[in-house]
Amino acid sequence: MTLTALDPDPLHLASKGRLPRWASPAIALACAVLLLLVFAITPADGRADYLVTLAVVFLVVQFAISYAVEGGRKARDRLAAAAAVTGLFLALLPLVAILGFTIVKGMKRFDVTFLTHSMRNVADSDPGGGAYHAIIGTLEQVGIASLFSVPLGLLVSIYLVEYGGGRRFARLVSTFVDVMTGLPSIIAGLFVLSFWGLVLHQGFSGFAGSLALTVIMLPVVVRTTEEMLRLVPPALREAAFALGVRKWRTVLSVVLPTALAGITTGVMLAVARVVGETAPVLLTVFGTSSINTNPFSGPQESLPLFVFSEAGLPNNTAVDRAWSGALTLIILVLLLTTAARLLTRRSAPRGR
Amino acid sequence: MAKRIEVSDLNVYYGAFQAVEGVTLTVEPRSITAFIGPSGCGKSTVLRTLNRMHEVIPGARVEGKVLLDGEDIYGSDIDPVNVRRTIGMVFQKPNPFPTMSIYENVVAGLKLQRKYKRPELDIVVEKSLRGANLWEEVKDRLDRPGAGLSGGQQQRLCIARAISVEPQVLLMDEPCSALDPISTLAIEDLMQELKERYTIVIVTHNMQQAARVSDKTAFFNLAATGKPGKLVEVGNTTMIFNNPTQRATEDYISGRFG
Ligand SMILES: Nc1ncnc2c1ncn2[C@@H]1O[C@H](COP(=O)(O)OP(=O)(O)O)[C@@H](O)[C@H]1O
Ligand SMILES: [Mg+2]
Repeated sequence: MTLTALDPDPLHLASKGRLPRWASPAIALACAVLLLLVFAITPADGRADYLVTLAVVFLVVQFAISYAVEGGRKARDRLAAAAAVTGLFLALLPLVAILGFTIVKGMKRFDVTFLTHSMRNVADSDPGGGAYHAIIGTLEQVGIASLFSVPLGLLVSIYLVEYGGGRRFARLVSTFVDVMTGLPSIIAGLFVLSFWGLVLHQGFSGFAGSLALTVIMLPVVVRTTEEMLRLVPPALREAAFALGVRKWRTVLSVVLPTALAGITTGVMLAVARVVGETAPVLLTVFGTSSINTNPFSGPQESLPLFVFSEAGLPNNTAVDRAWSGALTLIILVLLLTTAARLLTRRSAPRGR
Repeated sequence: MAKRIEVSDLNVYYGAFQAVEGVTLTVEPRSITAFIGPSGCGKSTVLRTLNRMHEVIPGARVEGKVLLDGEDIYGSDIDPVNVRRTIGMVFQKPNPFPTMSIYENVVAGLKLQRKYKRPELDIVVEKSLRGANLWEEVKDRLDRPGAGLSGGQQQRLCIARAISVEPQVLLMDEPCSALDPISTLAIEDLMQELKERYTIVIVTHNMQQAARVSDKTAFFNLAATGKPGKLVEVGNTTMIFNNPTQRATEDYISGRFG
């Protein structure tokens, strides 16, 4: 009787070969270099083309190598993971590009003069001037719009979630909000222009702009707040009811605090949405080159208007100011969002 | 302080669906009454009608009478909020308020009802947490989030929260089903202490638990799925477990179905 050699792996548990950890980056690098050569000697051209081609070539080459070494299952796994990461890079690219571009171009004029001076008596070709009047305008217009739409939006969403209970009126309101969310912003501007201006005979003002922004902001606040309120577990409401707490107090002291972080994020999204609105502001606030701190009378400036008008001028000095205006806008949104985050973090459980 | 509950001819509906039919039973003060029966037979539903929590669900309604020391809690001049202040409830899943500390959770009932004087709160917190057997474990971290406790501790926190408003009756819907044996034992001990002062009704899936803690047991059953649940029989726990009058009860107790 002959002894057969014992099969070391009767259940086939051992994996086939494995690519080392550095394989993926190495393959990517090799592809990048090779493709660079191809682009140099063939008529293929263009940075965007290069990046997209590289992504595809990398996915294919890695799949092939992995298939040969590790087998089909591993290769597909790598393909899926690499496709996800590639997608991430492609999606981040425009974002990083926009931010980088704005910062680089905007820094040129982002100085004290820019933040403290208006454009009064500044010629397009002058190197000075600033967006002080625009910052004031934006803060006031968006501030007043928030003052309207945040409390109003909260009340509407509380009605929809806590009291509407699928009633026909609630469904109607909900549909209305949906329609308003999709409203093109210039229509909001036209509406305020015709109603506030032509029917009520009011002139251009920051307040008129706030009204237009409210029309845009309100449905966004309602929608996001509604989602957040629906996320609050019903068990918490029941716990409060079972303690003999009245409904309005349950909403105020249990539901709202629980949803606060999400609501804040929603409100900040809404603010970010309107802070960059140009068309409705143009129709209602009109724009000016001087400082007007009174939102209730006369045209004001706003940051988007400032960027719009400066960017349209044929002078480099003006275009530089436009970039700095855009940078200011981004920083403003960033500051507001961070401040809101910090404020809500402090409302988590504290001492007594 | 503890009160008697008399239920007669109770029919309970979710919209058009009748979940429970013709329940009549009496819950004695200063005792523990257990509701047992297979899933879906309406134990939770009946329990929630006892403090008018049932009607919180849209479309839900109740027929019949529930008397609390002779007073119909479904009477037209009765405010359900006051009923719930008198009859507290502990749920199956511990549900402390996530935005509140341990301290705030315990006094949430008093604070949100706006019925307190500030210096009293400290006393209420200690008393309620001691009452729920949790004081020693949390007294040094009352300002920590209530949601940071273990499951068993959270459930005892919820019990402390429920007894902080000094109800007359305590309803508990499978309070131990999510807990480990040690926490379960802690809560069973606690119930024995609480029954000195409160009327307690507990829903449980655990037959041994019903036999261990309750004075009276009510067995609910379901004729068929889709049919309303019914009360099969109610009596002293020793009688129900040793000497049931109904065949269905005996089958269920001895584990032949359910
Ligand atoms: N919120 C609800 N809406 C509609 N039907 C429900 C609801 N809750 C429970 N039911 C139904 O009522 C019946 C009894 O449920 P429940 O009281 O939870 O049973 P148990 O607590 O005995 O397991 C079941 O048929 C269940 O499907
Ligand atoms: Mg149940």
